[in-house]
Amino acid sequence: MSYRRRSSPLHSARAGAGGSYCLGLAIAALMISNPLALGAVALAVLVAGAGARVGRELLRTALVALPLALFIAVINALVTRDGLTVIVRLGDLPLVGHTDVTLEATAYGGVLGLRAMTVILCGALYTAAVDPDEVLRLFRRVSFRSALTATLATRMVPVLVRDSRRLAEAQRCRPGRPPSRVALLRAASSGMLDRALDVAAALEVRGYGAARRPPRLRRPYSRHDLAFFAAAVAVVALAVAARFGGLAPFAAYPTLSAPADAGAVAVSLALLVCALLPFADRRGVDR
Amino acid sequence: MSVLELENVTYTYPGTSRPALENVSLGLAPGELVVVAGASGSGKSTLARVASGLVPHFHGGIFAGRAVVAGLDTRDNGPGQLARVLGTLFQDPETQVVMGTVRAELSFPLENRGQEWSAIARAVEETALALGIAHLLDRPTGELSGGELQRVALGAALAGRPQLVVLDEPTSQLDPVAGDELIGLLRRCNEDSDTAILLVEHRLERCLGSADRVLAMDGGRIVCDASPEAFLEWAAQSAPRLQTPGAKLLGGVGLAPVAGVKRARAALREAGRRAGDVAGEEVDEAPAADRPRVGLRARLARRRGAPPVAPALAFEHVWHELRSGPTILRDVSLQVLPGERVALMGRNGAGKSTLLRHAAELMEPTRGRVRNSGRVALLLQNPNDYLVHELVAQEAPASALSAVGLAAAELAGRHPRELSGGEKQRLALAVVLGDGSDPAAVVCLDEPTRGMDRDRKDELASLLGGLEAAVLVATHDPEFVAAFADRVVLLADGAPIADGPAREVLAGGSYFATETARILGGAGGALTPAEGVAVLQPTVSPAPRREAIA
Repeated sequence: MSYRRRSSPLHSARAGAGGSYCLGLAIAALMISNPLALGAVALAVLVAGAGARVGRELLRTALVALPLALFIAVINALVTRDGLTVIVRLGDLPLVGHTDVTLEATAYGGVLGLRAMTVILCGALYTAAVDPDEVLRLFRRVSFRSALTATLATRMVPVLVRDSRRLAEAQRCRPGRPPSRVALLRAASSGMLDRALDVAAALEVRGYGAARRPPRLRRPYSRHDLAFFAAAVAVVALAVAARFGGLAPFAAYPTLSAPADAGAVAVSLALLVCALLPFADRRGVDR
Repeated sequence: MSVLELENVTYTYPGTSRPALENVSLGLAPGELVVVAGASGSGKSTLARVASGLVPHFHGGIFAGRAVVAGLDTRDNGPGQLARVLGTLFQDPETQVVMGTVRAELSFPLENRGQEWSAIARAVEETALALGIAHLLDRPTGELSGGELQRVALGAALAGRPQLVVLDEPTSQLDPVAGDELIGLLRRCNEDSDTAILLVEHRLERCLGSADRVLAMDGGRIVCDASPEAFLEWAAQSAPRLQTPGAKLLGGVGLAPVAGVKRARAALREAGRRAGDVAGEEVDEAPAADRPRVGLRARLARRRGAPPVAPALAFEHVWHELRSGPTILRDVSLQVLPGERVALMGRNGAGKSTLLRHAAELMEPTRGRVRNSGRVALLLQNPNDYLVHELVAQEAPASALSAVGLAAAELAGRHPRELSGGEKQRLALAVVLGDGSDPAAVVCLDEPTRGMDRDRKDELASLLGGLEAAVLVATHDPEFVAAFADRVVLLADGAPIADGPAREVLAGGSYFATETARILGGAGGALTPAEGVAVLQPTVSPAPRREAIA
């Protein structure tokens, strides 16, 4: 998955606004534990992905992240000794010893898994909808070389993947016994070094070695910029309120308490509305 | 004042004893377009790297003499400083484009100079319009074709309005269409501004017509510095390998060489040698010695009513359709007979490489099937991908090395990466041909002449000519095709649009045609200079068809 400019409000916003929006959603996912409200954040990210026309990419990411989420949930259920409501007695198991699976540990594992998946989805939304070159421009005034290294690493990944595929294809063309993995690893490494040298030479002749600190880019804030900045602030504020104001409480141990009361419902709805409102303004965006 | 001035430059790469450049002195005036010619290893690329400041700042080594670019001495100014007055473009577009989008790529060198954003935005727009890449500005660089990437890299080199642009074989990875477009763009930039251009190129026929001056290099020295016409006259006497096919053709009929197809045609017209007089001759009327010799047995046998020969390789209604993307191959049906030499041509993305991968069963057709009468050996574009061992002897047995003309006793103990480009390619060919226990029925090669000089192309053509197996080569190089192929299949958009004898296909086009064919307008189906001379002087006995490429 990589960034590709699309016609959407999120793509129209500056990288700072888009990045803040994704970061705001990720912070909300990390702060909120109430399953209803956390589910609302996850849903908001997925719908935002659809609104930014990267829904397919996000769904693919969700499928990849699902095993990790399940793994986290299962591990928590197996290793956590807290919780009073035993739902399965597994007896003595190798490595983990006596194991009773409790409702509380299972539920909290589910929350952790959902949280991990939501954060991964926020990362995917950022990758697919926020221009990395603009991010580089944003950060190069602070740490130019680090920002460029990050961009180059992103750019080189598909190049190196293609190189590896070529190497694999070439080995399939060899008759007889295939070469050892060590030999292949050595060849792949030297190929990467060659690539790195070529890229370094290209950077040199583009003036990177004598680069000056670039001037600040001053451009007026668009309505999309303002909308996504505002959404990011609102989402983080709601998450803080939910966490510290007791609006969407959640306690896993010793007994499960995850009320879907008016407060939790209100926070969930507010999160959804705040996160998705910027997508309602599609003036000037192709349908 | 010169934009590039070299005074007695001698340079030796680290770890070597022989200088790559020796006492090189030259000057480039503003607005000059200078082509650098020479065989592989003659020092052309090193000269380009001296001009761009990569030598010695990036490569190290021992540097003597003085190189000054637009008043900046390269001893005191590295490539970063020189980038303010100089644009550089290398061979491989993949590693020259460093940013995520085209707009960011064009902005990058200007941002490095610390220019104001308004100036950057204006320069990006103007460069994009000048190079015809405005529609690509917001495209991710990872999705561009090789030709598009190379244009973008050229844009990045030109965006800062440099006084000098140095290009090291910029068209070697491009198809003829994209290559000609790039040369045309260079010429236009050179004419529109006062930008001087130093262009290192193997395919001289492509760029001599645009050049003001030609430098010929040999053994790290400049051995000729003259106008294109004077260079061609010099080459006819002193370096026949550097002659263009057009110059050979004119020389063959006793005319002074000129650069470019248009001027060659004019020279022939003035001399009363009108190729048009013989245009329209049937291809079968070509001299008997010129006819294809390999695979002929099978075709003759079929004509005489003998049972048809089973093809060595057959594509039967082959489709390759991506799940979410374009269709790469569309209903391709082709047969390659035993011993036949077939060239696959077409622009980048036409489906040539995919077809070869299907032949070698690296890919499965989405519809249709591929049949073969034995093993299919495939040599992909980069021979380095095959060379994974520490010693040449570990890569291929001595018998296979001998079969491709490598001295096994001499090379067995060397590291494969130490070999020259031509030797690496032969070694990779030896790897895919194997030890002979399972001989290949078909040998496929994907773009084997990229970045090769004429000598190496000749060697490869004669090597392929000597193979027992059928040979299928995907290439952009019409001169190479004329030297080795019986038959040419021209692919466009995943389907064959022409399939016939080489002289029929190559003489009938303009992009996928040899220089001789373009000068003669396809007359008499002549592809090589010797054939052209035979067409222009019908009384003269024709030279054999499989002559050297040059």
